[in-house]
Amino acid sequence: MTAIIDYGVGNLFSLRSSLSFIGEDAAVTCDIGEIKNADRLILPGVGAFADAAEKLRRSGLMELILQEAGSGKPLMGICLGMQLLFDKSFEYGEHSGLGLVPGQVCPISDVIPSGLKVPQIGWNALRFRNGASPIFKYISEGDFVYFVHSYYAAGCDEYIIADTEYGACLTAAVARGNVYGCQFHPEKSGKVGLNILRAFCELK
Amino acid sequence: MITKRIIPCLDVRNGRVVKGVNFEGLSDVNSPVELARYYSDNGADELVFYDITASAEGRALFTDILKAVASTIFIPLTVGGGINTLEDFDRVLKCGADKVSVNSGAIRNPALIGEAAKRYGDQCVVISADVKRVDGVFTIYAKGGRENTGMEAIEWIRRCVGDGAGEVVLNSIDTDGVKGGFDLEMLQAVCDAVSVPVIASGGAGCAEDFVTLFKTLPKVDAGLAASIFHFGEVRIDELKRLLRINGINVRL
Repeated sequence: MTAIIDYGVGNLFSLRSSLSFIGEDAAVTCDIGEIKNADRLILPGVGAFADAAEKLRRSGLMELILQEAGSGKPLMGICLGMQLLFDKSFEYGEHSGLGLVPGQVCPISDVIPSGLKVPQIGWNALRFRNGASPIFKYISEGDFVYFVHSYYAAGCDEYIIADTEYGACLTAAVARGNVYGCQFHPEKSGKVGLNILRAFCELK
Repeated sequence: MITKRIIPCLDVRNGRVVKGVNFEGLSDVNSPVELARYYSDNGADELVFYDITASAEGRALFTDILKAVASTIFIPLTVGGGINTLEDFDRVLKCGADKVSVNSGAIRNPALIGEAAKRYGDQCVVISADVKRVDGVFTIYAKGGRENTGMEAIEWIRRCVGDGAGEVVLNSIDTDGVKGGFDLEMLQAVCDAVSVPVIASGGAGCAEDFVTLFKTLPKVDAGLAASIFHFGEVRIDELKRLLRINGINVRL
């Protein structure tokens, strides 16, 4: 069973539907027992980093996620959920994240040419980095996924498993041991996204 | 590099897809779920659903349809039509919409966009503008293109984006249903005024119209159309191959 961690951030309808579509037993939950019993965890999220980090901290879920990830349980952060995996974010100030992946979250406007629009909204291609990640075993380099983001993960070169070109190379996905993160939305990336989720759900 | 998006638009009334020509003379086309799946399988980058139902029964039917679509099709879904309050945002987002498109609701209640952007994020709020030239002035129309608001369009769109709208759908009433190509002049004016993605709507009659659109106006992010897709006059996969041959980056 995969637990989609519900901490009051974002719309989880599509994520739950996409897991059920690929035949994965999924629960949207903030229940400690259910999260502990789950085979793997997904940390979703849209909105502002500081608000989301605060909600995780206040609810006690941050501690729980750190414990579970520390015990080797597969964890995937999606979009803001991926950004939360990092040490800190510079979105409206400086805020601490989970610290599961070394690096920091910075505005994409720092690195892209001024003519490009922020947020990056739309489909962009994946370029694999640092070898073949198990979550990409059913997809190919160059496949397109759907992005909506104004911030990106920096200073995490050795953990990048895919990047994407938007005037600069932006981190698209990271992995460190059993912890994975996708800046894009696999639940909105058609068959390619479903295949990434399928591969993640096969991780033990 | 990010790709240009091709977006079929499905007008839904009482659970069925309809398409009007110049907003009049609606004709039944197909089932929303079947059409959505067909489009998703054939390369659509996103889908837009407009609920053109007036009744509460029709609205409930629409959210059922939306849930059915969002449970089986995993590409971005934008929903519009009858969005007047934050509760309306909530209702469609809970049924699987990713973005919500506001038109007359923002004209009636100018605070709506700001409030929605604050609660759901800019990326969730789309301003859909129906624009027609009146004595040479781009003018905003409300109520599905039937009511002249007297408001100058570019300033209105700029204000909506300033309030937090994260995308603009520009529908030219002058070219809608005419199938003579997109309204390049109007689109240029909007692209010059805002820095968020602009989606061109109204006027596509053939695949070449999309080539002209993206070649003439590189700042346009997406092209939206309905009947040419619904009636099979243009196939999205073929359209995208044509765009790629013409040097336009698309997802194939």
